[in-house]
Amino acid sequence: MPETENRRLRPKISRQIVLPWKKSLAMAVSSLKIRFLRSLITIFSLVLAIAFLCFTLTNTAIARELYRLHGNMALPLLIQAGYLFDPATATINAGPKELWLMVLSLLVCTVGIVNAQLMSVTERFREIGIMKCLGALDRIILRLFLIEATILGIFGAGVGCLLGMLAAWGGAFLNYNTFDCSEIALLPLLAEASRAWGMGIGLSILGVLYPAILAAKLQPVIVMKEEY
Amino acid sequence: METHHIIRVVGVTKAFSLGKMPVQVLKGVDLNVATGEYLSIMGPSGSGKSTLFNIIGGLDKPTSGRVFIDEVDISQLDAYELAWLRNRKIGYIFQTFNLIPVMTALENVTLPMIFAGMPGDHAVDKGRKLLGDVGLGERFLHKPSELSGGQQQRVAIARALANDPAIILADEPTGNLDSTTGGEIIALLQKMSRERNVTIISATHDFKMLSVSDRVVWILDGRIDKIELRDELKISLGTIQERHEPARP
Repeated sequence: MPETENRRLRPKISRQIVLPWKKSLAMAVSSLKIRFLRSLITIFSLVLAIAFLCFTLTNTAIARELYRLHGNMALPLLIQAGYLFDPATATINAGPKELWLMVLSLLVCTVGIVNAQLMSVTERFREIGIMKCLGALDRIILRLFLIEATILGIFGAGVGCLLGMLAAWGGAFLNYNTFDCSEIALLPLLAEASRAWGMGIGLSILGVLYPAILAAKLQPVIVMKEEY
Repeated sequence: METHHIIRVVGVTKAFSLGKMPVQVLKGVDLNVATGEYLSIMGPSGSGKSTLFNIIGGLDKPTSGRVFIDEVDISQLDAYELAWLRNRKIGYIFQTFNLIPVMTALENVTLPMIFAGMPGDHAVDKGRKLLGDVGLGERFLHKPSELSGGQQQRVAIARALANDPAIILADEPTGNLDSTTGGEIIALLQKMSRERNVTIISATHDFKMLSVSDRVVWILDGRIDKIELRDELKISLGTIQERHEPARP
């Protein structure tokens, strides 16, 4: 009777529970779509923080470009705008106030993400418990949350970067209109923007780690309880 | 012919610590369940009924004693093996249906099959067939919130059967349903268990459920009070009701 034979628990049965990447991705996407409003709230702080980060980084890059194009003629205006000029290396850097604000905004944003994700995990306790009853492993739950956070990060930080870049460009045209800006190279600006983008995706993943581990460690027996 | 015991519970005890006081919920339970049997566990709240039920289902671990499912001691299994057991060997049915609210009926039914590594097309075909078998052939794309309680429980039954489990654990499956719908669900469960030779263990207060059970196990104060066969049960139904009624809320 092969049927009964198959049904017997074998001693080595690890790795038999699977969720293919394609399916994980589809589940994460549909989960985000269905909880669209909550997802928006989760990434709102990320969008703002990354917009600010991108704004500051792009501004600094523009200042560097101006110095490269116009040399010492541009210096008084740049120093007035708060940039630091290091004569030894002849480079323009963001002022300490900007750096401080950047760090602070990223910190607040991470705390915001952790908070929003904790909330969303709590809302989904029962759903996670059901999946565990159906055989889901800890790492499958963990993976679903990480994929969701990555997608949120890509979109949220992307939107933030666009906003930040637009603001930085707009500001540059207003502030530096006495200089010829047509020669500014786009590449260094885009490099700074993509740095901000990568940072945003990283923060989104960092923010979901603790809530996701909490979710993955849930015991399936919680679905038997009424309070969730 | 010797009966094959799909479940053997040997000397199971369970203690919880409530604050500083240890509470002995199960005080040594021994039970054998034959393959294909329809067993009901009955007892007042606080009797240890739910704890025993969860331990048999691999959702909780006993403090001492052993639970064998198909001769494998489940208290010795690691997390991977337990997940596999829940996925392949056991199907769960709950009082509150517990479908995943963001998924359609079909997605709910196919999820355990996907966890089991079944290719997507096969899973969809089998899911459609199972939903047809439980009488929901047309409503497979509906979300749980668009289905009535009885229909949700039918989806849950289809989901429990997805990986052809050996055992179905039903925790008060009719508790949230009206009497007529509850009756239909019981009939469906019984039909499915007969057709597929699936062992059904249910915790219930529903007397309609007891009358289709092959055996009824009465739990009282953490011990098996008595085990009755269906034939004996019919005779004593009135007296049971009388005896246990005050204990229920």
